Amino acid sequence: MSWWTPQLTAIFWGMFQALVILLGVVLLGAVLTVVERRFLGLWQDRYGPNRVGPFGTLQLVADMLKIFFKEDWIPPFASRGLFLLAPVLAFASLLLSFLIIPITPGWGVADMHIGLLFFFALAGINVYSVLLGGWSSGNKYALLGALRASAQTLSYEVFMGLSLMGVVAMAGSFNMREIVAAQENLWFIIPQFFGFVTFLVAGVAVTHRAPFDQPEAEQELADGYHIEYSGMKFGMFFIGEYVGMVLVSALIVTLFFGGWHGPLLPPFVWFALKTSGFLLLFMLLRAALPRPRYDRVMSFGWKVCLPLTLINLLATGAVMLWVGA
Amino acid sequence: MELAFYLSGLVAVLATVGVITGTSPVHSVVYLIVSLIAVALVFFALGAPFAGVLEIIIYAGAIMVLFVFVVMMLNLRADAERTPPLWRQPIYWLGPSLLALALLAALVALITAGDIEMAIDGELITARAIGLTLFGPWLMVVELSAILLLAALVTASHVGRRSDPGHSSTPRNAPNRGDTP
Repeated sequence: MSWWTPQLTAIFWGMFQALVILLGVVLLGAVLTVVERRFLGLWQDRYGPNRVGPFGTLQLVADMLKIFFKEDWIPPFASRGLFLLAPVLAFASLLLSFLIIPITPGWGVADMHIGLLFFFALAGINVYSVLLGGWSSGNKYALLGALRASAQTLSYEVFMGLSLMGVVAMAGSFNMREIVAAQENLWFIIPQFFGFVTFLVAGVAVTHRAPFDQPEAEQELADGYHIEYSGMKFGMFFIGEYVGMVLVSALIVTLFFGGWHGPLLPPFVWFALKTSGFLLLFMLLRAALPRPRYDRVMSFGWKVCLPLTLINLLATGAVMLWVGA
Repeated sequence: MELAFYLSGLVAVLATVGVITGTSPVHSVVYLIVSLIAVALVFFALGAPFAGVLEIIIYAGAIMVLFVFVVMMLNLRADAERTPPLWRQPIYWLGPSLLALALLAALVALITAGDIEMAIDGELITARAIGLTLFGPWLMVVELSAILLLAALVTASHVGRRSDPGHSSTPRNAPNRGDTP
């Protein structure tokens, strides 16, 4: 066994971690589709899906069977290549962002010094799934959804980046592990409260969930950009949305709530508890808030969130210089 | 690293050819996005991941979204597929191609004249190093570009402002019936 070097062990261990995280996230995304419906039922004073299996636990299996065996229809008026590309982009770009999330001190896929920027890059690419899906469908409602998505993206992407720059300045690094390490004594939610609020808004907008689901708005646009998708292609958009939810929750936990830090319990439990708390918040937002008018979302982004993040960044810089001097 | 460099360079060139030869505007824009991402990979292979990521965030993620938005708004799809592209007639491509050929010759001459000892060594340039360089020796350039951006911002706000009906240059003749009293 002379060829079995420690480097090889490290490579296989890294691949194993990546596979476990990949499967875990995809499964979590799939399970969340049912969990959310049960919770929505609870909060809106009705039964959720409760027929399949004990307490509706097998609903997911039923959904998967249905989605796999549904007719996979590509409209003849669609632009075929882009039509096929869009759901792949929707699913893969957000899934790839899990590369940078450090789950526990020992677990995590990649430890890059550009960490956070990698997420911004993939969030930027993720937008094209909506744009291309909407355009290539050859459907008016889908096109309207895609147009809304592109306008919405331009309004939230700027302040999404700026909202996290305070965190980056305080940690002195884009690296996620260094950001978690910098929060050992004080979580960034306290000094960076406005950064947290604006990033939460931007995070909801990234996932296109209510109240920022204008691109799909089923009452006005009949589901917007993915109206022509069926079967597993729709499934990829759908699971992709939940993967995005898990991603944004995990990012919020890592950036503002100290990642795996916490007393008594092991690191993974803390990370999982905090992340599921934010997943619940996402669901509650959808259950509780109405959808604002489309132009109000954009003017809220430009006129409230952008100045807030700029002032936050200035104040952070000033305080850091003052304390440092 | 060298293999990654040449592969992504090849993808960038092929995608750019796709931009020029494509008949559908949206397909051209998608090729352009692929080309930009390939260029970002070139930066990664050269050991400059910060520049690569910024290339994706700013060009592929923000500017190209605007391009796609405009192309979708114009809805050129039907027209573009009906009319044959102009560039197939020699009169449109002969001149530019000759000029580009001259440029290519100059480029090749310059590259072969200089010493090509530079190799891709995979040395990593960190974000911290870039920040220190930008706000150290190149501080004046950063400040000047900030002023340029401020001027652009003022211009955009001037162009995009809502015209005030009281000070409007074109008087309103028709009574606006749609408005509430």
